[in-house]
Amino acid sequence: MDMHSFINFFLLPGIVQGSIYALGAIGITLVFAIMRYGHFAHGDLATFGAFIALAFTTVLGLSPYAALPLAVLATGVFAVALDRLFYAHLRAMPKIITTIASFGVALMLRSFVQVVWGVNTTSYTRGITRPENWFGIRVKSHEIVTLLVAIALVVALHLFLTRNKWGKAMRAMSDNPELALFSGVDNGKVIALTWIIAGGLCAASGFFLGLNTELKSLMGWNILLPTFAAAILGGVGRIEGAIVGGLIVGIAEELSVLVIPGEYKVMSAFGILLLVLLFRPTGLFRGKVL
Amino acid sequence: MDFGSFRAVDGCSFSVAKGSITGLVGPNGAGKTTVFNMIAGALRPSGGRIAYRGEDITALAPDRRFHKGAVRTFQIPHEFHHLSVIENLMVVAPAQPGETLLSNWFSRARVRKAEAETSRRAWEALEFLELTHVAHQRAGQISGGQKKLLELGRTIMTDAELVLLDEPAAGVNRTLLRKLEEKIEYLNRERGYTFILIEHDMEMIERLCEPVICMAEGKVLIEGSFQTVRSDPRVLEAYLGERQGAAT
Repeated sequence: MDMHSFINFFLLPGIVQGSIYALGAIGITLVFAIMRYGHFAHGDLATFGAFIALAFTTVLGLSPYAALPLAVLATGVFAVALDRLFYAHLRAMPKIITTIASFGVALMLRSFVQVVWGVNTTSYTRGITRPENWFGIRVKSHEIVTLLVAIALVVALHLFLTRNKWGKAMRAMSDNPELALFSGVDNGKVIALTWIIAGGLCAASGFFLGLNTELKSLMGWNILLPTFAAAILGGVGRIEGAIVGGLIVGIAEELSVLVIPGEYKVMSAFGILLLVLLFRPTGLFRGKVL
Repeated sequence: MDFGSFRAVDGCSFSVAKGSITGLVGPNGAGKTTVFNMIAGALRPSGGRIAYRGEDITALAPDRRFHKGAVRTFQIPHEFHHLSVIENLMVVAPAQPGETLLSNWFSRARVRKAEAETSRRAWEALEFLELTHVAHQRAGQISGGQKKLLELGRTIMTDAELVLLDEPAAGVNRTLLRKLEEKIEYLNRERGYTFILIEHDMEMIERLCEPVICMAEGKVLIEGSFQTVRSDPRVLEAYLGERQGAAT
């Protein structure tokens, strides 16, 4: 296999898929860093966000890219509502209860999507997108947009966490919630903000998954495991870890088809997850806090 | 204050004079920490009210009480253990212009000036607390006694008015304890901080506190000078149990 084939068929699709996992993994990592539980409705929240974007394109007649920021905002607000409805009253209980509750929320979200949009596959745009050819590197426009938007969202989040009062409050709460509360941090606001960001990133992740493949009610559920693998590989609670983890899992999945049938490529995420939990359970970046 | 059917604090009423160092003593289970948690806002009382500077703060969230100048420390010291000691102090200084994205980009000179000022104050606090040698160490790695001093440093950075100290002597060696006492006295005398102090170390209470409030079974037993409280037979009973004669 020559270099161009490797880049076109394995590396580039892996990076694009990895960026999608990274967006989801950042949300999982944020929720864990602030609230200390694994949120298993994250995949189905991504599906919900992707279909909300579809609704904006069909109802308002917007282009998919114009629908994205609206879907990000709507899913962020929806995630806050989910928290208030289902998770807020479980806050003082053992975290495993909230984790189990998130499975229930996942089922509800999936059923909602299936009732409203059906179980058949659909897409944002019709027809075939021809890839651009740059010196032998064949890349589609939506792949470039996926990468650029993912980078922009990660940079914006980094600036927010490091240069903004509420970002600092999130980091403080992640480090020591009790001390943060008694140092003037409004924990309720920080939790709402976490859900807005995690929900918004989730919608972006679902949107780009739909844009690069197709939209279906199980799409989010299918990427839940690789997304969790990405978060755990990077170190749960670490933003930079989620990005690196997402890219590694995405590229490993694409490369795995060299040795196993393509239908089983998600197995590589299982494999990575297993290896990390066995040999470095804190992840590459030793996660725990933001 | 009720926990299910158990009433931890019952009809407890006292006031704290501005500029005083008030000691809160009593046997284990007397309700001292519960009272503390209610004043700090960690627990919402089932009945009654808490007033601070004449304002009813019973329903106020802990973060809002902090912004009003009421700051607490913890029996087991808390710190942002992934930040350095100096960062732990700088992070609690309120209303820093560098905390907003816009100021960071458009008012860089103002941000730099404010940050330099916060840094100067943090170093001053470290010098005062004699912690400059651990300034760049991760706060999670310093000793328990140094963490107690760091907690005091947080109150200095916020210009607190009321400081709630929860067993500052617990787990601190005698040398460091004397230093801690000196700092508390200085902050009270020179900066006018009001302290409420829960402590089992009676020597520390005697040296620092006036008045002393003794609690037992969720109620205020007696309030007065250390000598008055110490010589009251009810206090002895509360600590040692009922006298043999009275019990039979």
